[in-house]
Amino acid sequence: MIRLTFDPFDPGALLTEFCRGRTEVGAVATFTGLARADAGSTAVLELEAYPGFSEAEIGKIAAEAQVRFKLADHFILHRIGRIGPGEPIVFVATAARHRRAAFEACDFLMDYLKSRAPFWKKEHGPDGARWVEPRAEDHADIARWDKERSS
Amino acid sequence: MARVLLFGRLSDVAGWREREIESPFLSALRTRLAADDPGLGEALARPGVQVALDQVIVRGDAALNARTEVAFLPPMSGG
Repeated sequence: MIRLTFDPFDPGALLTEFCRGRTEVGAVATFTGLARADAGSTAVLELEAYPGFSEAEIGKIAAEAQVRFKLADHFILHRIGRIGPGEPIVFVATAARHRRAAFEACDFLMDYLKSRAPFWKKEHGPDGARWVEPRAEDHADIARWDKERSS
Repeated sequence: MARVLLFGRLSDVAGWREREIESPFLSALRTRLAADDPGLGEALARPGVQVALDQVIVRGDAALNARTEVAFLPPMSGG
């Protein structure tokens, strides 16, 4: 399931909910991303999505992860709008029969979200605002999975 | 009449986010946007800027219908 929200969320509650009633799943892995203050240089993050399109594009990759890592289930929640330092910005949970697949799927989904998912991120700080684009490391991170796919 | 949407830095450059513009082709729309606002024209031509027509990414030129939604998408970054 993919969801975008303007509202703050509690990762612990989401994890509890995601685990509820699972009796045939041995592993749940999660990742929670927090908005960084960067020593005061980022007062607020602003995340923009393209409603409908963003969910659909993320859904395609999640469907790919579901097959590739033989997941039992996945859940992705991403904040949009204005986000303060220390607030959770993204939550990814993956459920699989064994831990390796759950870890790897979570890693894969986050690498995708950082570099290719339809979001636009602006940092507001004391020196004004700037749009953030993926770093070289983010591109290298997602490229790892392309390589593994073709080999 | 196409509905043109700008995202991320593109809407900052243009000073608008959504506009109705009459254009029969995507190429003609680009030409018109660049003629009206050279700064936006330059920003749209930068590498990594993608275009979605009715929420589907397209490459190259395409015909626009009366109700086509044209979204210009600069490089993306989440998480």
